[in-house]
Amino acid sequence: MPPPKRKTVLVTGAAGALAKRVIARLHERHNVVAVDFRRRVETDEGIPSYKVATHTRGFEDIFRRHQFDAVLHIGRMFAHESDRLRRYNTNVLGAKRLLDLCCKYKVSQVVMHSTYFVYGASPYNPALLSEEAPLKASEVTQDLVDSVELESLAQIYLWKHRKLHMTILRPCNVLGPGVKNSMSLLLSRPLAPVLTGFSPMMQFVHVEDMAEAMVLAFERNRPGIYNVAPEDWVPYQEAVVQAGCRKLPVPSVPPMLPKAISGLLNWNAFFPPYLINYFKYPVIIDGHTFRDTFGWSPRHSLSDIFSYYRKQKAISPH
Amino acid sequence: MPAHAMQQTSLKQKLTDRFVSAEIQGLLARVPKPLGSFGYDPWGYNEDAIKLGVPPVRWLYEHYFRVVAHGLENIPAQGRVLIVPNHSGQLPMDGLLIGYSMLTNPHGPRAGRAMIERFFPTVPWLGNWLNAIGGVIGDPVNCGRMLEREEAVVVFPEGIRGSGKLYRDRYQLQRFGNGFMHLALQHNAPIVPVGVVGCEETMPSLFNISPLARLLGVPYVPIAPPLPLPARVILNFGEPMRFECPVQSEDEVLARVDMVKKAIGGLIRKGLKERKKVF
Repeated sequence: MPPPKRKTVLVTGAAGALAKRVIARLHERHNVVAVDFRRRVETDEGIPSYKVATHTRGFEDIFRRHQFDAVLHIGRMFAHESDRLRRYNTNVLGAKRLLDLCCKYKVSQVVMHSTYFVYGASPYNPALLSEEAPLKASEVTQDLVDSVELESLAQIYLWKHRKLHMTILRPCNVLGPGVKNSMSLLLSRPLAPVLTGFSPMMQFVHVEDMAEAMVLAFERNRPGIYNVAPEDWVPYQEAVVQAGCRKLPVPSVPPMLPKAISGLLNWNAFFPPYLINYFKYPVIIDGHTFRDTFGWSPRHSLSDIFSYYRKQKAISPH
Repeated sequence: MPAHAMQQTSLKQKLTDRFVSAEIQGLLARVPKPLGSFGYDPWGYNEDAIKLGVPPVRWLYEHYFRVVAHGLENIPAQGRVLIVPNHSGQLPMDGLLIGYSMLTNPHGPRAGRAMIERFFPTVPWLGNWLNAIGGVIGDPVNCGRMLEREEAVVVFPEGIRGSGKLYRDRYQLQRFGNGFMHLALQHNAPIVPVGVVGCEETMPSLFNISPLARLLGVPYVPIAPPLPLPARVILNFGEPMRFECPVQSEDEVLARVDMVKKAIGGLIRKGLKERKKVF
């Protein structure tokens, strides 16, 4: 059997822990181009790297210079990195521009990294939400409107531009070495806020397993929308203890109080006011379609994930 | 593991060692239920919480309500099943007692999953604790998912119409919702009807202060004893009913719901005949 054709792949968010791992996996079999809006990433030999924001004009030059077969869009501006407007511009308008360029330059495959946050945390959520469940996150808070709109946008392209072969992945909490999302920053702290009387069930996936999931989604090319989560669950407060954090109880009643406390103490990076509901009500997703379609199963258990955070604290006490 | 994490574990362990007998441990080991690596399921069910919950419920079951259960052999030892009882007594004591009888069933212990009211998850501690002992918000998606995972689901089709009814309406079945029958048909699950006798007398309600209930955002505020009275409780589990044929209309669903309602009515009459003393 001839070896599979070497493809040219654009990976966004290259400075992040997940993209780095995806690039490392793809590098041997494909020509990878790395971009990030934060900085020009140091890459292995043979991997062109650019510092550019997707919503700026200069971004198109990269498409002119390289004939991309596929785009893996991982880059995302987090809430703690900028204000709401800049986040919207980067995440939503940037993604729109990226997808338009994919259409213009006839890119034949796009894999989008979304988030389980789009489902919204509500007391009425049933467990094991399927991909068809309504996306209620923006109902809860305007701060998640960029996540939901990015998804809606991607879904329009998914149906309207079939040639893009779009795959949207909605992972649960991605954790592990180098990951700098809210949950990872939270579990890295010695003291983690918990809402008194609330410990919602949560799901966690190791960044290595998520990188493997992204690569599988790219290589097997089965367009669609998929939740990505292992078949394992743990309540938030147990996760906090297992990650070696001390609990910092935050009063949960009246409901405005934890939001006010988070705002006053500027906990935007790890316990932001707009995510409070995710520490109160569960958002448990059903990842069986992805597991069955792509033959993916995580190699790292919950214990592996938590032990990284425990060891990290033992090495560098804050 | 850091010191405080170990402290927590050891406190839980101490409580378990002190109050949870080997018999309870053995029962739980036999419950056919897959769990994640930390002993939880997607809805928050937790074996440790069940273990600690069993001793007080055992006291209520054996000494306070002196429950007699018949027909436990009708509950399948494994596989999906809907347990459908009548509902009464203001507080969901009937659910608790049915759950205990299922867990200690000598013909094969099962973890009963009860559908609970939608406002519970918003109540601190209580919401999580109810989830841990098997309660799940009464969403058809939850029920369907659990049946697909071969769980035993307890559904009260009368809902608050049954539990909140007045003492003068005791043992009169209220209107049944059709949801449980749709789920049984869709997921090909047998229905085990249950007649509960005695819970009506645990908390006789003379009047419902509905304006106050509306103000508090709760289903009802009864004029009733502040705590459940020690009435004797009789549980009659009927033979499993199977409804496999496809239905063409809602009327056909209703006809099947009526069959279950009749079966439960029969089991209630049987229980009332068996009962020699109310207290």
